[in-house]
Amino acid sequence: MKPAEYHQRDRSLHPPALTPKYKTSVARSPRWPMISLENTISEITGPRFGHADIDPIDNDLIRNYAKTGDPVGERIIVHGRVLDENARPVPNTLVEIWQANSGGRYRHKKDTYLAPIDPNFGGCGRTLSDENGQYAFRTIKPGAYPWRNRVNNWRPAHIHVSVFGSGFLQRLITQLYFEGDPLIAHCPIVHAIPDRDAVQQLTAKLDLNATIPLDSIAYKFDIVLRGRRSTLFENRLEGN
Amino acid sequence: MPQELHYLRESASQTAGPYVHIGLAPGAAGFDIYREELGRDIAGPNAKGQRIRVEGLVIDGTGSPVKDVLLEVWQANANGHYAHPEGGGPVEDGFRGWGRVITDFDSGEWGFDTVKPGPVPGRNGSVQAPHLNLWIVARGINIGLNTRMYFPDEADANAADPVINLIEWEKRRATLIARQSEDRDGVPVYRFDIRLQGDDETVFFDI
Repeated sequence: MKPAEYHQRDRSLHPPALTPKYKTSVARSPRWPMISLENTISEITGPRFGHADIDPIDNDLIRNYAKTGDPVGERIIVHGRVLDENARPVPNTLVEIWQANSGGRYRHKKDTYLAPIDPNFGGCGRTLSDENGQYAFRTIKPGAYPWRNRVNNWRPAHIHVSVFGSGFLQRLITQLYFEGDPLIAHCPIVHAIPDRDAVQQLTAKLDLNATIPLDSIAYKFDIVLRGRRSTLFENRLEGN
Repeated sequence: MPQELHYLRESASQTAGPYVHIGLAPGAAGFDIYREELGRDIAGPNAKGQRIRVEGLVIDGTGSPVKDVLLEVWQANANGHYAHPEGGGPVEDGFRGWGRVITDFDSGEWGFDTVKPGPVPGRNGSVQAPHLNLWIVARGINIGLNTRMYFPDEADANAADPVINLIEWEKRRATLIARQSEDRDGVPVYRFDIRLQGDDETVFFDI
């Protein structure tokens, strides 16, 4: 069966544009309703990436910026699968991540938090999912950090995750949180998500089986992108 | 209990935050880590058609430029083909049709060089006017915003475009059409300011 259109995005699980407790959203949120488009060739296609675009070390944040030794902090593996809503693997898709160091400081010229930069930690990585949709990163567990929203807001430890899929309409940026972090319950950015289960789905679980004994703790984080129908009774997208 | 459907649910979006550059444009964050940052060369050296430059601002509801945006573009080549197995046909060697730019930390200006896309097929035998598909993320944007840029020198094609014509408010259609600026070094320059909110809010699409 030839794949047909993508499922309509379930907007009820995504944060709306305007979430006043996350103050920056107020001036940056469109007020008019979006115009809903049926899929065309412009939305079902999207960029593709290959092993020539990246290097094998790009998914190892412990080594990809090391200058004088390993970075400070809790060594972790983050692994999982990129799947679609039909539970099919999304193979060969680019997964990019970025994060603060173990002290909660970003290597960014606009970050002025007093926690120190780690000379051996860049804080970004990228990889391609394999033919089964599997991906893995090795990194340092990021620290929590304060941010200016109200005066005493702290972000839970998190890793930013960017994924492509095979069509531009699957493009997604999200954040990975860690099981058991008490700051998750207090974060206005997390609370922008109206659906509790959707927050749970962004919370990576300790995966002892994938842990490397005496070396690194592992967390499992599956990423789900929009799925696509395989319908028999459908006009083709180009309709000819 | 009726039968279970067993679909997975899409992962919820979260803002790209103020430090999106670390992950997606580390050079702009202030460090050098990758052999090559992705999305710098949209069309490649072999692309046929008219070379163009596209520039603009992203403006918030207070009228201020947003200075921490990351913007991605996805476009067809001059023949109206996307670089994808379902993209309608072959593309030139090195044509990816995808680019990634950030807004300047001081001015909020963004810009990229590419080729002008051709018309692409629409649904049910229609033809879509040449356009760039844009995706915008930033701090304060909870879920990436999709819009399109159309060309001011394609008035007839724009008038027949099935997507532009979906917009009931004719007045708002103009928000999707770039302005022609002065050529620079013989290259046409298009200006496309994106307004997140307020008067002349840009049309965004739920795709």
